[in-house]
Amino acid sequence: MNMNVETPKEPVDAMTFQLPEELQVKVKTRDVNVHYGEKQALFDINLDVPANHVVSLIGPSGCGKSTYLRCLNRMNDIIDIARVSGKIELDGLDIYDKNIDVVELRARVGMVFQKPNPFPKSIFDNVAYGPRIHGLADNKTELEEIVVTSLQKAGLFDEVKDRLKDSGTGLSGGQQQRLCIARAIATRPEVILMDEPASALDPIATAVIEELIDELRQNFTIIIVTHSMQQAARISQYTAFFHLGYLVEVGDTEQIFTNPVDRRTQDYITGRFG
Amino acid sequence: MTDILDHQIAEPDSLANPRHDWASDNARRRIKKRYGRDRLLRAFGLGAVITALMLLAILIASLTYTGYVAFYTTKVKVDIFLDPQIIDKENPGKTKYRKITKQAFYAYFPDVKNRKDKRNLSKILSSGAQYIVRDYVVAHPEKIGETVTINLPLSDPFDQLHKGVIPRWIDAAGKNGGNGEKMLNPRFKSEKVLVWFDNLVARDMLSSPFSWELFVNADSRFPELAGLAGAFTGSLLALLVCFLISFPVGIAAAIYLEEFAPKNRFTDFIEVNINNLAAVPSVVFGLLGLAVFINFFGLPRSVPLVGGMALALMTLPTIIVSTRAALKAVPPSIREAALGVGASRHEVVLHHVLPLAMPGILTGTIIGLAQALGETAPLLLIGMNAFIPSIENLGLMEPATALPTQIFAWGDSPERGFVSRTSAAILVLIGFLVMMNLVAIYLRQKFERKW
Repeated sequence: MNMNVETPKEPVDAMTFQLPEELQVKVKTRDVNVHYGEKQALFDINLDVPANHVVSLIGPSGCGKSTYLRCLNRMNDIIDIARVSGKIELDGLDIYDKNIDVVELRARVGMVFQKPNPFPKSIFDNVAYGPRIHGLADNKTELEEIVVTSLQKAGLFDEVKDRLKDSGTGLSGGQQQRLCIARAIATRPEVILMDEPASALDPIATAVIEELIDELRQNFTIIIVTHSMQQAARISQYTAFFHLGYLVEVGDTEQIFTNPVDRRTQDYITGRFG
Repeated sequence: MTDILDHQIAEPDSLANPRHDWASDNARRRIKKRYGRDRLLRAFGLGAVITALMLLAILIASLTYTGYVAFYTTKVKVDIFLDPQIIDKENPGKTKYRKITKQAFYAYFPDVKNRKDKRNLSKILSSGAQYIVRDYVVAHPEKIGETVTINLPLSDPFDQLHKGVIPRWIDAAGKNGGNGEKMLNPRFKSEKVLVWFDNLVARDMLSSPFSWELFVNADSRFPELAGLAGAFTGSLLALLVCFLISFPVGIAAAIYLEEFAPKNRFTDFIEVNINNLAAVPSVVFGLLGLAVFINFFGLPRSVPLVGGMALALMTLPTIIVSTRAALKAVPPSIREAALGVGASRHEVVLHHVLPLAMPGILTGTIIGLAQALGETAPLLLIGMNAFIPSIENLGLMEPATALPTQIFAWGDSPERGFVSRTSAAILVLIGFLVMMNLVAIYLRQKFERKW
């Protein structure tokens, strides 16, 4: 099966695709290489993410899509052996610049993880934690407002409004994930990174999350890693296909799924490997 | 060789027909053998557990058997006239009560006239009896001039005799060749004293109340008066110092090593050494404490401060190792979640990881402290086995003793009463350890949270 896949020896130029001129570029990635110790995980990634759109990152396991995602809010910093080179800009600002405060960056670039990971605290405290440590609210009323708005935006408020004091870990899986989304948007980020946010959820909860992502697009730029190609097709406007550490192809989601340029993309979306 | 060849020839047949005959004798035997091994393993495990429990039960039973007599004291009711001529009303604590006490006791035996007999008679009473009278007068100065009834403890041989621990007569075998002859137990001066003792019994003057002395008295040369209060206080003070040093330092070290330290040769080296320290014999820590705290820093000997510091050295590795394990057990998803909303590293640790690791940390700490509580060798080396006859002057910088060293000292004493006192003290120590472990279990369950 894998015979058809040719391992690229040379970096692939994925920049054949140009975003439409009128779109504002939110996250700009240029020549990003990531090493884990001796092993190189990403090779010369170039990618533009337009503001207020959903971009899906797809590709087989171990292709580097999560690694790329974690570069965008510098989560790789906590891995001792990880080394990132190249340039990633958020609104024209180099996020790997020495003067960038990583704490502030992570408030501006929120993240939702694969497994719902609410803090073992109350629902309210889960959402209020970010605003509290960043001092986003001056008083209790403001904080409550942020919490309520965030929960509303995450579509969870109506389900939990009577038990904000209950533990966040007592919610169902889907609710927990929406709580994590509420927690992420409570710090008023500009970009939300989602690392397979629905992979641990049942189809109904997944559908709720997908709807939510579509709504969140109004206010946030969303970059989502997903294993499900149907999901990528349903929720994203642009799709990037990663393979073995290379960004193979970027394009309009429809074009990627109907008329991919690269052979590997075609093999992947038709289910020949991955 | 031929067997193997035969076997190999037979193999292709079974390969040609890969279906295994589960009903064959061979297969049945194999299954039976497997279950047999399961049962054997379980039997071994169960046997080990039962052996351990039995040994523990034997230990507790033997301690209880020898120790329970220490929980009550034989006392004699004596009417004492508090003579205002002798007792200084202004300063009742200063008076000598020896005479008053003895006279009151002699009054019960008007026949005894001879000085030597009187001296032997007075030996039935505990030598500490006069101080009990003194304490009574100091507490009730209004009773001076009246006759009061005070329960005075008997001296050790008579206490033990009344409890049935020692016999009146022993085999003379040790002396002249074992011909069934009996001799008076040398703990008693003469047969007369036994007659007097029987007299007390006959007059129903003896009673065996619960021995509060064991808990409220400090140490004494007289076993009937010796108690654990001094050792207990000393142990508490030393443990307090130990906790105050080892808990914050241990947690800080563990957090640094687990959350912040880079992984390199140097930190690996530190890690290996901390694990090794946990296995170092405690006597070495005692020597270290002696050399560093007493000889180098010039701190006084025998004091709980130094004892606690030596115990802290010993407890630190335990706390560091268990804290690191507890920190490691906090799922990385919690760290990621906190980092993901923009928490700084110290916020991740202080707000999320540490609270979640707390049950494990507390359990480890209490187990470390329980170990420290039972530790004898380091305390002996820094001299924390002082003879403390009073609990008035106890402090961090005052000479003190501790429970295990007290047990050690009592176990070394010749008086018969100290045998049961030693067992009783061990029971108290074990009870204390059990209580600490219960606290650990309680804390673990209280703070345990799911994630």
